[in-house]
Amino acid sequence: MEGSIRPLRGCQRDLGRIDLSRFGLLKFLDGVSSKPAIRYMTYSVSIVFFFALILIPPILGILLKWNQVGQIFENPSLQSRALAAIYASFGVALFVSLIDLVAGLPLAWFIARGKTRWLNALDTLVDIPFILPTVALGYSLLLFWSQPEGVSSLFGANLISPGWLLVILLHFVFSFPIIVRVMVGALLDYQIVYEEASRTLGAPPLTADRTVTLSILKPSLMSSFILAFARSLSETGATVMVAGIVGNRAAFENGPVFIYLVGKNSAEAVFVSFVLIAVASLIFGVITLLGPRLKLPTKKVWPVFERRLSGNSVAMSRNALTLIIFFFIVLVPSLFVALPTVYAITNGTLAQALSGAGIWQGYWNSLILSYFVGATVTLINVFIGLPMAVLIARKRAGALPSKILDVLINVPLIVPSIALGASMSFFWSNFAFIPEIALLVFAHIAITYPYFVRAMASAIERISMDLEKASRILGAKPLTLFRTVILPLTKYSLFAGALIVFTRSVDETGATVAVTSTLKTAPVLLVGWVNRTVKVTASDIGLGIGFLIILSFAVLLVMRLAVRGRERRY
Amino acid sequence: MPEVKVENVTKKFGEGKIVAVDNVSLQINDKEYFALLGPSGCGKTTLLRLIAGLIQPDEGNIYIDGKLVNDVPPEDRGIGFVFQTYALFPHMDVWGNVTYGPRVKAWDTQESNKIGREMLEMVRLFERSKAFPQELSGGMMQRVALARALSAGAKLLLLDEPLGALDAKIRLELRYEIRRLVKDLELTAIHVTHDQGEAMAMSDRIAVMRKGRILQVGTPQELYMNPQEIFVANFVGESNFLEGFVESINDIGAVLELRGKLDVKVSDKNKRLGERIVLAIRPEALELEKRHKKVENAMHGRIERFRFEGTNIRYEVRLENEDSVVVTRPTLAGEWLDLGEKVTVSFPPDKSFVFTYPSKGLREELMAE
Repeated sequence: MEGSIRPLRGCQRDLGRIDLSRFGLLKFLDGVSSKPAIRYMTYSVSIVFFFALILIPPILGILLKWNQVGQIFENPSLQSRALAAIYASFGVALFVSLIDLVAGLPLAWFIARGKTRWLNALDTLVDIPFILPTVALGYSLLLFWSQPEGVSSLFGANLISPGWLLVILLHFVFSFPIIVRVMVGALLDYQIVYEEASRTLGAPPLTADRTVTLSILKPSLMSSFILAFARSLSETGATVMVAGIVGNRAAFENGPVFIYLVGKNSAEAVFVSFVLIAVASLIFGVITLLGPRLKLPTKKVWPVFERRLSGNSVAMSRNALTLIIFFFIVLVPSLFVALPTVYAITNGTLAQALSGAGIWQGYWNSLILSYFVGATVTLINVFIGLPMAVLIARKRAGALPSKILDVLINVPLIVPSIALGASMSFFWSNFAFIPEIALLVFAHIAITYPYFVRAMASAIERISMDLEKASRILGAKPLTLFRTVILPLTKYSLFAGALIVFTRSVDETGATVAVTSTLKTAPVLLVGWVNRTVKVTASDIGLGIGFLIILSFAVLLVMRLAVRGRERRY
Repeated sequence: MPEVKVENVTKKFGEGKIVAVDNVSLQINDKEYFALLGPSGCGKTTLLRLIAGLIQPDEGNIYIDGKLVNDVPPEDRGIGFVFQTYALFPHMDVWGNVTYGPRVKAWDTQESNKIGREMLEMVRLFERSKAFPQELSGGMMQRVALARALSAGAKLLLLDEPLGALDAKIRLELRYEIRRLVKDLELTAIHVTHDQGEAMAMSDRIAVMRKGRILQVGTPQELYMNPQEIFVANFVGESNFLEGFVESINDIGAVLELRGKLDVKVSDKNKRLGERIVLAIRPEALELEKRHKKVENAMHGRIERFRFEGTNIRYEVRLENEDSVVVTRPTLAGEWLDLGEKVTVSFPPDKSFVFTYPSKGLREELMAE
């Protein structure tokens, strides 16, 4: 047999790797990978990492401070304030997710089924509120709705002051793309033959969609609802900007705002964190278990009424309304921050910023910190997440344990990030020697880990087992198989997963605030600027946010260019 | 009641680059079981979907029962449609599926129940009313799909390769069951298939399609005995094709000169003298005898290959003029011949078809796509 294992030429070009086989290192690793003990160790290490870094610390953290949880009951006013914040969190999340569904579904339908050429452009526009860093969104909406530069100028006074309405608008905006994206995907994958069958049986389009299409798409409806709900529960940075904070109180307090104001170490914070985590987990558990049994109303029909509603003119007015809502409530307010940014460039603030004078020194430091943490977190997540992704996708731990791990991975996703950060800091602060930067990295790892593992596990699952079997029969060792078959076929998801991790980490505010007191990442710093805890001008803020936006878009552009084309099912 | 008329209908896809249906005109009579037969991509499914109203024609008109239906949506055309993949609603059980049509038209609940039960009993699946589609076999799912299409009271049944996804044995059973059902209920049916055996067994008349056009319409017997085009001669049943020229014509027929100056007599005298032609003879029309004999239309050769195929034996004979022909003989009729044996192939003059040699060449003409 030939001495060295050379990957196929095509793969080698794709991966752009240096040919290490010359040094025999790869050959050694490949050979070693066929030993069961080594494989066992790799998976075990990744499982241990998951539990030790991600799952156990928050749980233990809360338990360690358990005695403090009870303290809140001694202070009725604080207690009622805390409870009000909790209700507000869940109330807003529920309300916003529902209206997102109602407003987003027609748009998703329009994009998936429509026939104009502008749909591709519209599709891209829908992503914008999702791509923008949340602090940018928050500030943009603040400007648009309640500052004199925005819409308010048309009405004389500030139209919507910071408070519950602005928070609802904000959460509506950043969860909207989630619903549309998931439902467009589901509609495109959906086999139109069911709807056709329904039409040939006599159902007008609206009835067909209501009684057949929506029922079949129910899993996607549910998962998009859950994602929107979780995002609303969790978001901190932008919410804090629009909650109307004055001194130590806010016009509107939900869980994250409350914890932000009272400080993470206080008993109230522990209490609220605990309740948020517990109730969120409960809600998601219930939805996951009972969701499949939930039946959408499909029994009753109103033939005449629904037939009239299926008509062309009704459809057009519905589409027009959807587009108007999208443009004027979602898109334009989101992009509004471009104005002060552009203004700041022209009025000399740019020069100041680039010179690093005054407040800008702190800004650049925090930006560098954000990107450093982001990069570190991404690298670590890729390394400890890959084995876990393989484990889950191929059920290497056995059917049931793998399934359990699959569910556990989602925990950091559903827990509000500020609560997660707070509980992690409770845990790690027991080991006094952990520096803040490490805490920051740990917290960000925990929050972003599920995104990467989910993306990779789905991608690996899409690779038919037959490909693996063919490769093994031809003589490939496990690591060779992984390097030469699995990685090339999942490179898109790997890159996408890594980028989601990176952008999410850079964007993260809640956990950062909960975990550190001296270190400020860029979003945290910007929230401070907006709340005027530091002396800044509107131009400064505009520019600061502008840089962040440009860099986010640059990162995403890199992703689009580096990985062309969609992954096919193999 | 419904007769269907398709008038100069054209449908293009891909911004006009692909002509799926090319100026097709067709008349399907009331209570007729009509098949659209052709290879993949010939436009038969597109034509069916145009009649159903799932897509709109670019040109031309479609009439159902004398009414122009171009602008009428599918739910108002009074049709039943059976899909190749059954398209049973996965979130409803068998009963829910079958009663969907009546329910969605807000029929009286008693009426809906009555007709649902009737239809399920017709397909013998009433006891499985509470089963979900995923629990049923392919044949059962197709029967439920049939019951569902019929229970909405449609008089025009459209079937899109309904037996394509089923096992061979089930396919054969369902052939007769579906035709019986359609005839008992006095429906008009249009059935799309690429299986000529299925089309011939089930239909009153067949339209053979290729590349968006209709080549020939006729009863199964007409298509089999009297194909008007080379493609039809090969697609409906099988044919051997031999090239040659028209050497002479007389009152009772013509003499053709095939390759190697082999002369044969045919009864078709409608070609021109000297014209280049293609002679088509079905394998079952060729007669095979041992040794080289002098009979009418004798073609001498040797057995090159044979296969036992159950009901028939299939012989490949290499003729002395280098042409190769396939001859099939019933297994139980007469003795079997051996590999390499000298044989005489012959055929009656009236059991052959003569076609003008196609301008694009024989191979191109026989190609399905």
